[in-house]
Order: sequence, then structure tokens, then C-alpha cells
Amino acid sequence: MLFTSYEFIGFAMLLLIAYYCCPKKYQWVLLLMFSCAFYYIAGPVYLIYIFITIITTYFAACMIEKNADRQSEYLKIHKAEMSKEEKKSYKLHEKHIRAGWKIGCIVINIGILAVVKYADFLIDNANSILTSFGYTGKLSFASLALPLGISFYTLQAIGYLIDVYRGTVRAERNLFKFALFISFFPQLIQGPISRFDSLSKTLYSGHTFDIKTVSYGLQRVLWGFFKKVVIADRILAGVQTIIGDIQTYNGAYAFVGMIFYTIELYADFTGGIDITIGIAQSLGITVQENFIRPYFSKSLKEYWRRWHISMCNWFRDYIFYPVSSSRLIQKVSKFSRKKFSAAIGKHLPIYISSFVVWFATGIWHGASWNFIVWGLANWFVLMVSEELEPVYLRFHNRFHLNTNFLYRLYLIGRTVMLVCCLNMFDCYSSVSDTLTAFGSMFTASNWHIIWDGALLNIGLTMADYCILLAGIILLIAVSAAGRSGGVRDKISMKPYPVRLCIWFGLFLIVIIMGAYGVGYDASQFIYNRF
Amino acid sequence: MEELLRILSDLHPDVDFETQENLIDDMILDSFDIVTLISEISESFDVTISAEHIIPENFNSAKAMYELIQKLEDEE
Amino acid sequence: MKQKRKVLIKIILTTAVVFGILFLLQRLLMPKYVNDVVEGAFIAEYYQEENKDFDVIFVGDCEVYENFSPVKLWQEYGINSYIRGSAEQYIWQSYYILEDTLRYSMPDAVIFNIQSLQFNESQSEAYNRMTLEGMKWSSSKVNAILASMKEDENFLDYVFPILRYHSRWSELTFDDVKYMFSSKKVTHNGYYMRVDVKPAENVPAGRPLTDYSFGDKAWKYLKMMTELCEENGITLVLIKAPSLYPYWYDQWDEQVKDYAEENNLMYINFLELIDEIGIDYKTDTYDAGLHMNLSGAEKLSVYLGRILSEEIGIPDRRGDEELSAIWEQNIEDYEAEKERQYKYYGIQAE
Repeated sequence: MLFTSYEFIGFAMLLLIAYYCCPKKYQWVLLLMFSCAFYYIAGPVYLIYIFITIITTYFAACMIEKNADRQSEYLKIHKAEMSKEEKKSYKLHEKHIRAGWKIGCIVINIGILAVVKYADFLIDNANSILTSFGYTGKLSFASLALPLGISFYTLQAIGYLIDVYRGTVRAERNLFKFALFISFFPQLIQGPISRFDSLSKTLYSGHTFDIKTVSYGLQRVLWGFFKKVVIADRILAGVQTIIGDIQTYNGAYAFVGMIFYTIELYADFTGGIDITIGIAQSLGITVQENFIRPYFSKSLKEYWRRWHISMCNWFRDYIFYPVSSSRLIQKVSKFSRKKFSAAIGKHLPIYISSFVVWFATGIWHGASWNFIVWGLANWFVLMVSEELEPVYLRFHNRFHLNTNFLYRLYLIGRTVMLVCCLNMFDCYSSVSDTLTAFGSMFTASNWHIIWDGALLNIGLTMADYCILLAGIILLIAVSAAGRSGGVRDKISMKPYPVRLCIWFGLFLIVIIMGAYGVGYDASQFIYNRF
Repeated sequence: MEELLRILSDLHPDVDFETQENLIDDMILDSFDIVTLISEISESFDVTISAEHIIPENFNSAKAMYELIQKLEDEE
Repeated sequence: MKQKRKVLIKIILTTAVVFGILFLLQRLLMPKYVNDVVEGAFIAEYYQEENKDFDVIFVGDCEVYENFSPVKLWQEYGINSYIRGSAEQYIWQSYYILEDTLRYSMPDAVIFNIQSLQFNESQSEAYNRMTLEGMKWSSSKVNAILASMKEDENFLDYVFPILRYHSRWSELTFDDVKYMFSSKKVTHNGYYMRVDVKPAENVPAGRPLTDYSFGDKAWKYLKMMTELCEENGITLVLIKAPSLYPYWYDQWDEQVKDYAEENNLMYINFLELIDEIGIDYKTDTYDAGLHMNLSGAEKLSVYLGRILSEEIGIPDRRGDEELSAIWEQNIEDYEAEKERQYKYYGIQAE
């Protein structure tokens, strides 16, 4: 079920009505039932995968917490008779038990994800290695279907488990409540990866119908549809034409494709998250924001604090910090401090652990080399700018540029272009195609296509361009307006007829200008044979 | 405490760490800063800060960081 | 109390404005079928007839609406008839359109062109649209839609055609405003007139098929149609119009003949009667043998009319004053259209 299908809209509307008719005590049960139904519709077999994740994580988290409780109980009782050393060794012993549960559970869940997502990738690479050694036999692909949302809910489950292990959240003792946390259906399509402490605050409590919350939620959903249907799905035709034939569409076309893809990705992804957050909000549930105007960032580092926040935080908290604070890395750091210099010793943990993070981020996005290269390219740019930071700082202080509006605009533009370039790896889904297309931009002699009407032949008409332009201006305007408080709040202050015009107008724009359905092609309706 | 403040001001000379109470939430310290801090602290105080200690509450102010260091020193 | 009333008024007004605008936009965006592609307008035109008490109803695809002229039937035999044909009307659509027509009047005879038996599923979403959208809402329409939808079609798109035609906003013309609520008459009791001539030459022979038997769904609806007519005491006549192309296979013809015999139905294959009727494919077709032009259609009508009045006993209604008045107008329109087309195509009237 896609966000932009009648089925999904019907499903969500049905839930909304049922949810507020249902006694508050059982609202979360209803949500769980709908989430299971949603998953069942997506594919009954997938239920097994999510079920395994729910059961293993639930059980491991409970065991970890029981152990931790027993430990503090034991220490309390035997406080007097234990020496410091005894306490320490007891704690260590118990900690190992908990770590065992944690690692076992992570191995199972990452294992499932690895098998369904990466088996074919590994087989493919193994085949090329075998071929290069002269073997002719090939391993056959496993061709497993990827269960809906598995990349998201697996991370979410692991995050929860680690939080319980670290003692930052209490384990959920009700299996069904926990099942809802993992399977909450608006999150299964495009994320975000929620954390238990934030989502559980509102997920289980009953909610009374509140016109403001519900309408705010629905307004957010509508805005999400606007981004997805009017902008992303429309520009997609152009993107597909350009990336579909890199020989014909090179040079300036590759440049246009790169910009279009970034717009498409932004509108599609943030639109999807708007729909998720909006649906949750209309049910009284708060899902953490996943984007904070990412294209207003002044550096790539800042961009990654504002884009896909839930994923970035996950990788930061559960990979970056553990790796960088691990004994091994600290030892390496100490060693290089002594051997080389204090500066290198200081930076080495960052380089190594961000390398690990970006490799993981890349491969999490998809099982192919282009994503890995994409991740590492991000890492490389981040590290270079980290090294250059002192230079920038001196430059800024010298010329007092930080307060200059034009200079800030330049920084934003530069970051956007950088992100556009990096996204090409994602867009072309092949490293060599990306490099070919990227290289062709610098040797291009076909820049005239931008104004000579050639862009009308890539699957987009003049009308499409007009809508896209207007739509993007609206996006930027709304984003800019959002910097000083909620846009919906501002609109809600307006008199009723104005509000009606705005929201109904947006609805009409989505209905009429949306790129959905079969599309009207007059030539189909020309009577030709019968 | 002075040692800690020295490390912090080396990291961000422009920030007054004695008064700031929202270093993480206001995005003054980013993840790279945290990692640098951890290795600096473990260098100067001989404590190991592991990932489970890296939560905003422990790093929002110089005071909180110092308390964390003392707690870890106690446990050692 | 006052507060409540205010809220109520607000809700009512909002609903009215919202649905009013949506309705207007829907009317604006739907194709009007008035000038270039008129075939989409045929089905709806029937409902505008003041007197729907027809004695003969035709259902089927272009092989009925281009090949028979109700005006000629009236002029020659006083037969009061209407053609409910549409482009590539599939048999399930013919069935439900007949069911729909029976809600307005009970004819003596129904004529169905069996060309569409060859299809067991709808072939084109656009043709589905052109046939189904013109129907007024009724259980027949719902069933017709459900029977016709292709896999990627959605019922909701029929209920709210704006969802289907929203992208027409960029190609709206003045006609879309002009015909938002009215339409231009494009047929003569369902007959689509063409007077131009394009002789039939080199008609391709049919390629051999692997399987000549008609599909289950097609048979099912033919049976349903037979039963529907039987229940209502209507004489069902099966015909095959004399179109040279698409090819009509002998193996198909056999199956229809057998079915007609089993069910005591009249089956007229005009392809076998070409000489008897006097069809000349050099002058009587406007598209090289696919369809008749006016001259061909009138020849066919004369022949069919004789069978209808002599063998089936369709009454001569020319004595009915009310009907005569209506037909007088019809004839006037018919003649005017003829003149217009002769002029347009630069043809000397016979």
C-alpha cells in the first residue's frame, strides 16, 4: 500500500473514525490491529519476519532488565559484606550476561536483515570474485522479497534494546504494546526510526477527539500529499528519462537530472514523513520530526544534522559513539598521540568511527556498491571540511563574513550543490554511470538545452514546468516561513474564510495538479477502430 | 574542573563553558566535539567514558561533565 | 443556542462551497465529446429524448451506430427506434445498457450486434470510459463498471471522474466551458452519420487464430441478455453488420448460428446478404469497408426494416401525432446534417 493510493487514504480514514469511536483504553489495541492488518495486506509472509523481531527484542529486553534489577537488589542486600573488588567482579559478571542477551538479539535481527537484504548482493560479489579466479560456475541468487519497512523497524528494535541495556529506558513488559511500537504502520513505509522513550509517551495513552489536533494532523498530511503528488511524482518523469539513457542525456542533461533528482528526493521523502507525522498527529500521537529545513544548511555537517534526523541519530548513538569510545579506538588514539602528534591523536577516533558509520549508513540505504560509495563520499567530504575548518575560521574572522547575508546564501547554495552531487550515486544506482554522468558535466558543450526547449522532450511539458516552478517556490516559501514558528499556527490565526481558501485551495491543487492516475492522453480517446 | 574547562575552551574558544547549561540541546557541541572530548578526558583524567554515558544530560554543561568524571573515578 | 446555530450554518455553507466547487471543476474537466471525438457522447444522449417509448432498441458497438439509420426506418416503415451504441461496446456493457434502457421503456425488439462476442475482457480503459460515463447512475451502471474495469482501474475514478480527468486542466478549451452543463446533439437517434466515401480495397484476410471459441464471460452475458429479453417478452435479434474488417471468422459465425438455433433467436449475418441488399463497397463505405456511410446505412435500414415490420411485426407508428411531430424534427435535423456534410466533404448530393 503506497501513501498515494486510494486504499491507503481509505485505510487511514477508517482508522481515524474507528479510533475516536473506540474507548480510550483500547485505542492502542485498535492501532495494533490496524497495523497488523496493514502488514497483512502488504504480504502475509512478512508478518513472520516482523513477528520474530518483536518476540526476540521483547524477550531480550525483559531479560536484560530483570538481570539489572536483580543486580541492584543483590548489591543492596549484600552491600555491607562485599568488598569493592567483589562488587566490581560481580557487576562485571552480570554485565556480561546482559551483553550476551543484547548481542544475541542484535545478531538475530541484523542477521535477518542481512539475509533478506544483502544475500543477493553478497552472492553477486562472490560470483564476480569467483569469475576472476577462473571459476565458471555461478551461485544462484536467493531472490528474497524484502519485507515492508524491515530496514526501519530492525533499527528501531535494536535502538530500543540498546537503550534498555544502557538503562536509559524501562523495558516494555506488555508484549502487545511493544508489538505496536515496532509495527506502528505509518512508520513502516518511509520511517522515521522512532525511539521508544519519545514515541511511547503518546502511543499508548488514550486520546480524546480534539478538533485542533486532528485538523493540524490532516493539514500536515495534505501538505505531504502536495509534496509527493504534485512535485515528486511529476518531476520523476524527467529524472527517469535522464538517468535511463546516460549516453544521450549527458553533460547539461546530467546536471539537470542531478538537480531534479534532489528535488524529487526531497519532496518525496519529506512528503512521506509529513504524511506519517500528520497521521500520527491526527491520532494524538507525537512522532519526532525527521527534517529541519535541510536545504537551508550552511555545511554538509549541518545538513546531516537536519536531514533524516532519526536515522542520523541512530547511527550516532548506536554506532558512532560506541565505536569512538571503544577501548580499541581509545588505545589507537593514545598510541598516535605519543607516536605522531596530539592533533592526530585527537582526530583519529573521529575519522575511524565516522568511516564505520558512513559505511554502515551507505549499506543500510541499499545493497549495492553505489550506496557504499555514496556513504564514503559523504565521509570524505565531511572529513576534508573538518580539516579545513581552522582555515575557514581564520578567513571568517578576518573578513567578518559570518554575518553577511550574501555570504550565507553562498554557503547554502554550495551545500545544496554538494548534496546534489553526492546524491548522484543514489540516483544512477551504479558507480560507473555516476562517474560518467558526473564527468560529462565538466566537458559538456550542450548547455544550450537549458533554454532551447530540449527540456520539453524529457517527459515534462511546459505545464509541468510551470507547476514545478510554482510548487518549488511554495515549498521554499513555506520552509522559510516555518523558521519563525509553525506555519499551521499562523494560518489558524486567520479568519475562517481565509483558512478555508488556503486548505481547500491546497486540496484542489493536489487533486487537479497532482501527477496521479493514468493521466489524460487525448489520443487514447480518439476513436480508431471500433 | 579547571582541567576540564581548559579542554573545553581549547575545543571552542568562543564559548563560555562556565555558564552554558545547554551545550547539547543548543547544538553547541556536536558529535565530533563529543568524541574529541572523550579522548581528551580519558587522556587527562584516566577514566573511560563508554557509549552508555553519552547522553545529553551528561554533556549539557561543564558541571555535568565534571560530575560524570567524578562518578567514573569513584567506580574505577 | 445562537452559537450552535452559527456553527451549523458555517458547516452547511462550507460543505456547499466545497462540494459546489468540486462539482463545477469536475464538469469543467470532463471531456465533452462535442467536436472531434463525438463517440463518447452517444450513451448520454439517449436520456435527453423526451419520448423514450421506442419499439426497437439497438445495442452494440460501431457496427450498430454507424450502419443503421432510425430516420430511414421511420420514413420507410414507421418504426420508432433508437440505437444505444458506443465505441467498442463490450457485451457486458451492452447487457447493462439494455437493462438500463428497459427502466425507461419496454421495446418489442432488441437488436444486438454480435461482433463484441470475440472479447472476453475489456480491451481499453478509454473505451470503457466512453461507454460507461454516459450512463445515468443506477445498479446497472454500477454492475457495468464492475464488469468492465481493467485491473489497474479504480471504481472511485468512475464515481468521481475528476480523479480521472484532473490532468486535462492544461488542455481545456472554450468548448469545455460552453458545454459544461449542456451538450450538443451529435447523433440521430443514436445513428452517427457520415456521408463521405472511401472505397474498400485490398481488405486483409483474417489471420488464422489458435482458438476460435468465444470466452466464458462473453457467453455468460449473451445468455443473460437472451434471458432478460425472454422475461420481458422482447424479441432478441442477433445481427452481424457487413463490415469487411475486422474479420469475421466462419468459426465464429457457426457458434452464433448454433446459439441462435438453440434459443430460437433470429440471426442475420449481413455479410452473406451483401448482394441481396445491394451494398457496393466502392460507394457505400466511408472508411474502406469498416463502416457504412449514409448510403450504405440507408440500404441496410431498408432491408432490416422490412424484416422488422413484416417478420417480427413491429407496428407502423406514423399515425401517432405526437411521435410524428418528434420525427418531423428528427428528419429536419437529419437533412440539415446531410447538407452540412455534403458541403464539408465537397460531395454533390444525389
